[in-house]
Amino acid sequence: MRSIVVIIAITLGVFAGIFIMAFANGMVEERIKAIITTEISHIQIHRPGFKDNNDFSLRIDNANSIIPLIEKTKNVAAVSKRLVISSLAASAETNTGVKILGIIPEEQKNVSNLHTKIIDGKYFEGVEKNPVVIGQKLAEKLKVSVHKKIIITVQDIHTNIISGAFRVAGIYKTDNDLFDEANIFVRYDDLANLTGLKGTEAHEIAILLNKNENTDKVKEQLKNELPDLEVKDWMEISPEAGYLVSAMDQYMAVIIIIILLALCFGIINTMLMVVLERVHELGMLIAIGMSKLKVFGMVMLETVYLSVTGGIIGIASGFIICKHLEKVGLDLYFWKDVYSSFGYSSFIYPVVNLRLIVFTGIMVILMGIISAIYPAFKALKLNPAEATRAE
Amino acid sequence: MNILEVQGIRKIYDKDKMPVHALNGIDLNFEQGEFASIVGPSGSGKTTLLNIIGGLDDPTEGYVMIDGVNISTLSGSKKTEFRMKNIGFVFQSFNLIPVLTVKENIEFVMFLQGIPKEAREKRTKELINSVGLNDKTNIRPSKLSGGQQQRVAVARALASRPRFILADEPTANLDSKSTDNLLDIMEKLNKEENITFIFSTHDARVVKRARRIITIEDGKVISDERVNGER
Repeated sequence: MRSIVVIIAITLGVFAGIFIMAFANGMVEERIKAIITTEISHIQIHRPGFKDNNDFSLRIDNANSIIPLIEKTKNVAAVSKRLVISSLAASAETNTGVKILGIIPEEQKNVSNLHTKIIDGKYFEGVEKNPVVIGQKLAEKLKVSVHKKIIITVQDIHTNIISGAFRVAGIYKTDNDLFDEANIFVRYDDLANLTGLKGTEAHEIAILLNKNENTDKVKEQLKNELPDLEVKDWMEISPEAGYLVSAMDQYMAVIIIIILLALCFGIINTMLMVVLERVHELGMLIAIGMSKLKVFGMVMLETVYLSVTGGIIGIASGFIICKHLEKVGLDLYFWKDVYSSFGYSSFIYPVVNLRLIVFTGIMVILMGIISAIYPAFKALKLNPAEATRAE
Repeated sequence: MNILEVQGIRKIYDKDKMPVHALNGIDLNFEQGEFASIVGPSGSGKTTLLNIIGGLDDPTEGYVMIDGVNISTLSGSKKTEFRMKNIGFVFQSFNLIPVLTVKENIEFVMFLQGIPKEAREKRTKELINSVGLNDKTNIRPSKLSGGQQQRVAVARALASRPRFILADEPTANLDSKSTDNLLDIMEKLNKEENITFIFSTHDARVVKRARRIITIEDGKVISDERVNGER
């Protein structure tokens, strides 16, 4: 019975560890997917210094001639130019600072899935003059709805402060409330006209690749081809996402170690009880000729078997359940607002990472061995004469 | 010729704080084929003496020689190995391994010695036959009576063909019929195979069957009689 309890405890602990890892990996992967497909794309190109403070004057003047060159690059799926200006958006009720992106709507569809996030109104349809698409959080803040007017105040090419009236064509909602509140989208031509630009420039060229794995390769190639421009990937543009990826494995390893350490103490306690309860039996084994080394080995093996059995069941059940959830997803709708305030989706698809499963398996075996040492050592210290007399 | 010599054995427990003199100078010799019992009141030192003879405990003074080997000077692992090959134990509370069958319990010592499977199985069959448990070969100890378990313990003690068998109160947990059965088997093995048996016992039935009665009291031998005129 005791052995079953130990196995169940290890199974649950290991399962919990695998699940937490898969859950966290899933969250991170969803976040990265959102960053790439909705917010940033794989690579962005700017004038050097632009990303420091979004300086309006730092424009790529020959964007129209660069884009065909980029489109021909291997592994590039789509390219889109944008104007990016820090501005003020105001409604009748209030005003707030936003980033206004002047996009070519049809081109933008190829590098971003924003058009699929429209929850009210349409993606640049239904409003003829100066349509704007804003996030739901911003709409709530400005207390505007579809077809309502907002005033956008920007700086033009002569550094004059000018305003333009835009009408809300559509309201979008991503899983990132911060993004929704900060970014509004207008037509490239409308923004260019408002600010006095020619129509060939861009502040930003967004590039979507066919695979995330090609990012470094394409980035290096573009850096060589466009030495005067700044070519950055999504991890450089959004460093916190980059840290998340590189740190997540370490976080998960630490969590697994903590879970296993806790289990370790439980196993040590249980195996100590086993040794103490079997003092008589162990004394007898030594008396009839079993060497103390074999007794030591016996206790070690028993502990390792328990640990490995629990570990295997825990890993297997964790793997199976997480693989299933990887397909169907886990909807934590009751915490939707909490997740979106941090930029995460509440619909998680846990992702099982084989590397961490192997790590968990190795740690379980190590835990079994370490847990066994003290109880096995206690068994070594038994005096067979006293042990055989023990009750 | 003596197979076992016990010379000047003293055992003091807890020497530093409150010393307990369990044995106060024991000198005994045993020959091959003896059927001896060590008797005495509780606390007289019988079990302590048996443990020292069997190498389970070390004397404070004195030595034990078995076939010319001073076991008191052997290291722990060497002593265990010596014990495995030369001494058989029968305990008061049977001490069989509960998860092993009768056959496996008897085979266990031979398994520890590294004896090949075929040889082990042959010897095990012989021993099961000699203790009359042929129909219980694949049964676990929990399904056996006390007497049957003790017979398995005797068979296990004999498995490695030891020089002698030490039995510490082997009949203490048995009824009279089981006691008689067990003693019959032990006497038969003693006579037919010349195996030396040394008992520590309170049991008058065991004493009655012994051919040598050693009485100890307060850690000393106070009498050493061989019955039937033997000395």
